[in-house]
Amino acid sequence: MKGIHFTRKQLCIPYALFLICFVIAPLFVIIYYAFTNGEGRFTVANLTGFFSSPNTIGTLAYSFGIAIVTTGVCLFAAYPIAYILARSNMKKKHAVVMMFVLPMWINFTLRITALKEILTLLEGNLAYHPFLNSVIGMTYDFLPFMILPIYTTLMNLDNSLLEAANDLGAGSIQTFFKVTLPLSVPGIVSGIVMVFLPSMTNYVVLDMLYNSTYIMGSLIGSYFSAYDWHNGSMIALILLLIILVFTLLTNRFEDETSNGRGGALL
Amino acid sequence: MKRFFRGAFICMMLLLVYLPILILAVYSFTTSANIGAIHDFSFQNYVTLFTKPELSNMILGTVILAVVSAAISTILGTTGAIGAFYSKRVSAGIVGAMNQVPVVNADVVTGFAICILLIVVLGVDKSTYIPLIAGHVVLGSPFVYLAVVPKLKQMDSSLYEAAMDLGASPAQALMKAVIPQIMPGIVSGFALALTLSLDDYFITTYTKPATFDTISTYVVNATKGSQTEIKTALWALSTLIFLIVILVVIMINLTERNKKDGRKGAAK
Repeated sequence: MKGIHFTRKQLCIPYALFLICFVIAPLFVIIYYAFTNGEGRFTVANLTGFFSSPNTIGTLAYSFGIAIVTTGVCLFAAYPIAYILARSNMKKKHAVVMMFVLPMWINFTLRITALKEILTLLEGNLAYHPFLNSVIGMTYDFLPFMILPIYTTLMNLDNSLLEAANDLGAGSIQTFFKVTLPLSVPGIVSGIVMVFLPSMTNYVVLDMLYNSTYIMGSLIGSYFSAYDWHNGSMIALILLLIILVFTLLTNRFEDETSNGRGGALL
Repeated sequence: MKRFFRGAFICMMLLLVYLPILILAVYSFTTSANIGAIHDFSFQNYVTLFTKPELSNMILGTVILAVVSAAISTILGTTGAIGAFYSKRVSAGIVGAMNQVPVVNADVVTGFAICILLIVVLGVDKSTYIPLIAGHVVLGSPFVYLAVVPKLKQMDSSLYEAAMDLGASPAQALMKAVIPQIMPGIVSGFALALTLSLDDYFITTYTKPATFDTISTYVVNATKGSQTEIKTALWALSTLIFLIVILVVIMINLTERNKKDGRKGAAK
């Protein structure tokens, strides 16, 4: 080990350099490309083009529509699951929670393939209900992201608060709306963050279920196929801004129980 | 009564989650090309999966890519976390903030941005696999970092000082006193990086060489085509992965139970 002289701090340098080169630098390149044209001159045409075209504005609206509905469906499906499991005195409830998360280890394209076969059987032709199918597909894909953070917050809930509410004469419904629900907001917010943003961008689910309407992610995909780096970068930049606003809005509600996909997967 | 309804609700939701996978599993052992009437029992789909070169190459490629990128992610993320842990608050904060970017960012944006920088601006050849591996490391290393940091906060830092006092070099002290203590974090970080890489579609599409496919990109292209043989072979693949996942989960549970029993035994 002689000859290698480093302090513990310096171990950070390779990773810091890596992040600067492959995470921060690409963001600046995106900003540069978003505001230049093919000849490399500064322009705001990509920006004004996005906000003046009915097609792209429609895409933005459709993305928000799909994301809001998917997030809502996930929340209403996941909250009862998380609540029942967290409140139950079953011994093996962790195993049941695991069972909800386990499908996530199967590649998501294969899971959507499975879902597609079932939906085809039920509906005959997938083309009749594109919006519904996309919401079902995304819910199927993202549900565990909603269950886990809510379950974790509910598990960490201080039981004495519930007893106190009970002692003070609150009924079980009142206790739920005045105590349990407000205290589970951090989990709900984490879940919303983890479901909302992927539902705006995961266009593969739409493609695989034959929904030909674009969402924001599909725009990047199509500009990529057309080698249109400048307009593609503008879409990426707009998505980045949406993510930034979303993160800032939700940051103060979130607790540290979950760190994104990592918290959900392990 | 209330308990019964609650149990029934949970069972119904689990059934909804598993039904598609299980139905596909049943049909993967038949000659049927569509879900519907079952014709004959057959292993043909499994034979196709392992004998058709494009399928077996794609599976192998996915696994190699995941292992290589998860290994690099683990080294970078772990050293980064250790370094940041011992650094001044400001520099640790900067690394932590940069680390958070790929975590909150959409994969589409991450993949597209890496593609623009490496392939469009710097002109790196896609067929060198450098953009692909770099992309997958960007995906995995932040989660390794996040898995290791809590273990560093929990560890007994006096062991490092003790090792130094006993004459160990900083590198030795790190390897013998710090790494073993944070090993659980490193292992879960590696597992996480592996899973994210196996599941990724977006970063792969924007950075992969034209002739290379992972499971995700292959499946998406296959659903656009109409080759029945490929389609049903993918049912077999989905079933196999499902079985492997169940096996791994059971194995992890068994080893954890053994560990706990071992500890209890030692305490006695």
